[in-house]
Amino acid sequence: MFIIKYRKFWFILSGLLIAGSILAVIFFGLNYSTDFKGGSILEISYTNEKLSLEEAKSSLDSLNLGGYSLRPSGEKNFVLRSREISQAEKSQIENALSQNGELQIKEERFNSVGPVVSENLKKKSYWAIGLVILLIVLFITFAFRKVSKPISSWKYGLATIIALAHDVIIPTGIYIIYGYFTGAEIDLLFITALLAILGYSVHDTIVVFDRVRENLRKNEEYRNKETFEEMVGRSVTQTFGRSINTSLTIFLTLLALLLIGSPSTQDFAFVLLIGLIAGTYSSIFVASPLLVVFEKLRKKKS
Amino acid sequence: MTKYRIGSAIILVFLLLLGYFFFIAKKPQFKFGLDLVGGTELTYKADVSKLASGDINSSMDALKDVIERRVNIFGVSEPLIQIESAGFVSGNPEHRLIVELPGVTDIDKAIALIGQTPLLEFRLQKEGISEMNQQEIASSSIDNLFVQTGITGRLLKRAQLQFDPTTQKPQVSLEFNSEGRELFAKVTKENVGKVLGIFLDGVPISLPVIREEISNGVAQITGEFSAQEARTLVRNLNYGALPVPIELISTQTVGATLGEIALNAGVKAGVAGFLLTVIFLILWYRLPGVVASFALVLYVLLSLTVFKLIPVTLTAAGVAGFILSIGMAVDANILIFERMKEEFRGGKNLHEAIHEGFRRAWLSIRDSNISSIITAIVLFWLGTSAVKGFALTLGLGVLISMFTAITVSRTFLFALDVKSESKSSKFLFGSGLTNNQQPTTNN
Repeated sequence: MFIIKYRKFWFILSGLLIAGSILAVIFFGLNYSTDFKGGSILEISYTNEKLSLEEAKSSLDSLNLGGYSLRPSGEKNFVLRSREISQAEKSQIENALSQNGELQIKEERFNSVGPVVSENLKKKSYWAIGLVILLIVLFITFAFRKVSKPISSWKYGLATIIALAHDVIIPTGIYIIYGYFTGAEIDLLFITALLAILGYSVHDTIVVFDRVRENLRKNEEYRNKETFEEMVGRSVTQTFGRSINTSLTIFLTLLALLLIGSPSTQDFAFVLLIGLIAGTYSSIFVASPLLVVFEKLRKKKS
Repeated sequence: MTKYRIGSAIILVFLLLLGYFFFIAKKPQFKFGLDLVGGTELTYKADVSKLASGDINSSMDALKDVIERRVNIFGVSEPLIQIESAGFVSGNPEHRLIVELPGVTDIDKAIALIGQTPLLEFRLQKEGISEMNQQEIASSSIDNLFVQTGITGRLLKRAQLQFDPTTQKPQVSLEFNSEGRELFAKVTKENVGKVLGIFLDGVPISLPVIREEISNGVAQITGEFSAQEARTLVRNLNYGALPVPIELISTQTVGATLGEIALNAGVKAGVAGFLLTVIFLILWYRLPGVVASFALVLYVLLSLTVFKLIPVTLTAAGVAGFILSIGMAVDANILIFERMKEEFRGGKNLHEAIHEGFRRAWLSIRDSNISSIITAIVLFWLGTSAVKGFALTLGLGVLISMFTAITVSRTFLFALDVKSESKSSKFLFGSGLTNNQQPTTNN
């Protein structure tokens, strides 16, 4: 089985992607949205004529907003991100953008998040990611508790945890690079997408591991002489088609969501899509070969 | 086979009923989140630091009632007011009150609407500050001049407008509830001769001197106000003196047009995702693919009906979760069909292969779905309303799809009762690309 045989190649590939993602985080930084750092988002639309981005910026500069970001959204909208602003300041901004009422504008959206709420949500998000990984690993260890030869059940959990870390780190790196060009920020939906990826990635891993579990049992029953490496390779081959197909149907729905779905969930669909690819890849090319590595390590020791 | 045919007939009738329920019946309606219909969400922090821990829950409930009454006066349709307690389970450092006002996009009005509820307090003047007029008091911080007594609007039974019999000046009469009566009696008894200030939203409105113990739980406020002002005060106090001070910590407003665009796009993406999945299933799995597509139609109708009945608040993320779940719902089918093909190629006859396919795929379906449910639960815990919508649609989707992808597909497949000897059945159950190309494994 080429996947198991050339496992070093896949490990290096994943390692490079992970290193690249970590570099992206260090280099570009985590661009938190107001969900996580507090502040305000104001989206307005122009009914008829609109200001150019430069005009709008120069009229905002006279206000004491500190560092802000103004981005166009669609044809007629502007999205302003800034520190937390009061209602009075908001009226000033709307005045500035409408040139004191000369241009017709409409407030489309206004979010304002206090520092306590955002700090709390950030903490909770990290907790949630940790919690999901922990619970899933415990569950895998439990589900494979009857498997102890040649490697014990917690090692299935360990292989899963490494695959899961892979599935969190790579989409984060790619999203940060994507965000650098599109302005997409790390918001609550991004965390939601990461968690959904974790749930899904493990889904795929279980399909392969379940087959390993079954083949182990059968080999024992029929007294087949097959090395662990060959057996894992055979399990991957047997389940390869269904791993790809189950991911493909999800890929299709996500593609629909990304291309024609709501603009507010497009970044979300993008993360899910990257995560789906990473998750499917890691189940086949990372988690399963890792089982073989663990077995070899154990043999070396004894 | 009769058993399965009857089963199939029942499922088909069920499907028609769901279809009727979903497409034709007017009620119940879907419940959409603020981000899809437009509206305002306000999050308040409740300051419970002055309360005994045993009183916190009842005070929060009282706070919720008061705000609910307020909101209802202004005729907001279907407002939603929730309490989020502090603590480990919620992950919040403080008690929160979340007010959702669908259709209200004027945030200033919304804040005013809730902010108008007055906070009424009775405070005792500190020792050593006796000769002061109202202006001097107003210029220093209240906490420096007055100590809290624990008597607040929370203990108020009702307020009434009265006129002083001699001066004809308007005054507001306050009647306390039993708890308030006792506390009021105790405070007045112990502090005869001192000033017991009455504060509204931190501003002193009257600074009467306690002459004797007041045990009947009735007090009068005589301030410098007109009859009209007194009337407004009475109304505000009756409609709700806030039991706990609150502070606005985050707001969210979405305009109606933005929501409508999001909803339309979500529906379109859902239809496209559904069609793509069905096309793939039928092209790849042929007859079983058709069966799985039926099961998927049932899945969609059943889920949407459950969303209506619970009701699940559909946010943009919730809609995305549901669309994603369409792709995931057929996972079980794919696992089963692949297993079926494998058994079929391994030499079993078609009937046995179908049986084995369902039986053997079950373990991996169960285990992988449990992990999805774990994720959904954690997401629900994490979530603000948008994420909760996603977690709910995803979690419910997994549960419902276990039924449709397994029970429903199995019933249909057995009811079809295709004989495995014919060439056509081999075509119908095979999938073009892998048929007989892979060596079968011998165990």
